[in-house]
Amino acid sequence: MLNMQWTWFHRLGSPRWFYQKTQRWLPWLSAITAVLLLVGLVWGLAFAPQDAKQGNSFRIIYLHVPASFLALVGYYIMAISGAVGLIWRIKLSFMVMKSAAPIGAALTFVALFTGAVWGKPTWGAYWVWDARITSMLILLFLYLGILALRYTFSVSEASDRASAILGLVGTVNVPIIYKSVDWWQTLHQPATIKLTGAPSMHPDMFAPLLLMIIGFYGFYFLTLMLFTRAEILHRERKASWVRELVSKKRAEV
Amino acid sequence: MNMTGGFRDHLWRDLLLAYRRRGDLVKPLMFFLMVSTLVPLAIAPEPERLAKLAPGMIWIMALLATLLSIESLFSDDFRDGSLEQMLISPDLLVMPVLGKMTAHWLVIGVPLTLISPLIGLWFSLPMVALLPMILSLAVGTALLSFIGAVGAALTLPLRQGGVLLTLLVMPLYMPVLIFGSATIQSAVDGLIWFNPLLVLVALLAIAVALCPLATAAALRLAKNA
Repeated sequence: MLNMQWTWFHRLGSPRWFYQKTQRWLPWLSAITAVLLLVGLVWGLAFAPQDAKQGNSFRIIYLHVPASFLALVGYYIMAISGAVGLIWRIKLSFMVMKSAAPIGAALTFVALFTGAVWGKPTWGAYWVWDARITSMLILLFLYLGILALRYTFSVSEASDRASAILGLVGTVNVPIIYKSVDWWQTLHQPATIKLTGAPSMHPDMFAPLLLMIIGFYGFYFLTLMLFTRAEILHRERKASWVRELVSKKRAEV
Repeated sequence: MNMTGGFRDHLWRDLLLAYRRRGDLVKPLMFFLMVSTLVPLAIAPEPERLAKLAPGMIWIMALLATLLSIESLFSDDFRDGSLEQMLISPDLLVMPVLGKMTAHWLVIGVPLTLISPLIGLWFSLPMVALLPMILSLAVGTALLSFIGAVGAALTLPLRQGGVLLTLLVMPLYMPVLIFGSATIQSAVDGLIWFNPLLVLVALLAIAVALCPLATAAALRLAKNA
């Protein structure tokens, strides 16, 4: 019985199994993601009502909020897969962790960039030391730290475990950083700057945002899958199944 | 195996080593003093302006001075093989690591704390903020040592780990910086400075529990890398 329950877990840990399984998922996932993003973008940018105060400039929310969302979720996905790798010594989860780092860093950058672009018409400045912006910046530094650590190690196994440990330390720190930056904000600045919160949004504005968030989730997992597949092929390049795959592809061409 | 599991041995050993190499001890302090001289030269010697900058500047300088010394926490032991001995000893690795971290705080953080009133004087920090500054530095530098040790252990096998260590540890230091300087700032503003100080103490409690674990894991890794 116990064996039955754990076989799926171990099979999931096999890079080959993952590679073959995701082969079938890829078309579906990319189709759903493309539809969601397309509908969400067109709806949000062209058909959603204008904001009473911000006019059309608020529409960047349809990129900004999903990106910031996934940037934060992505950190936890990265840290948890690193932890799984450390605890159960699963090769695949280290590969997922490695793939998640650049994606997360890119999304954090997108969130900061769109925030700055949005900030100019709303607050009159590209950069304001707002609590959420500052936390995002620190999150970007955490991501960059993991990437920097990863590229300095020459042995990939050591690099995997070191990044996983750093990721875990970061996980404990992320809520502390968020809370402390929040507190720092209330100490130093009166609460004059406030983003429009999601719950107070009009349903017509909120629906496309929801679509975009789900679409970004799809996009995230799609890119994560593609990055991981590339990483699998790279690391398992000496395995017989990868060689077979390569020679088959060559024969097709 | 003794009761403290190697905590006391490694604490004493590192303190003794530090005492034998007194020259190394002075370096972070000199750094602290010299950067403090740069601030009035670069900005302005007016007491009011300096007093405004003081809470933040003192904390930034203390942070940098600690970072300067944290790299050598394990590297000497790594090079001369005593780290290997520590790793193969029957004790839990956590306790010797905790001892080394505590020694680092006693050797770096405590002297910085003791010399800080002088910096406060240079920066025309109000007298009411003196005690909060000393307390926040005493607690905060311990936090800096504990968190920094994780980074030092992670970058140990790398040849040029110094800069990387700084990059890894700096974001983790930010909550410490926020609450440390807020303690002084609150005292200057006549607010209750006890609250941010208590948060620092709480953070220290978390760090004492978790940092040795992460450091020990990273050290095992460094041996194999």
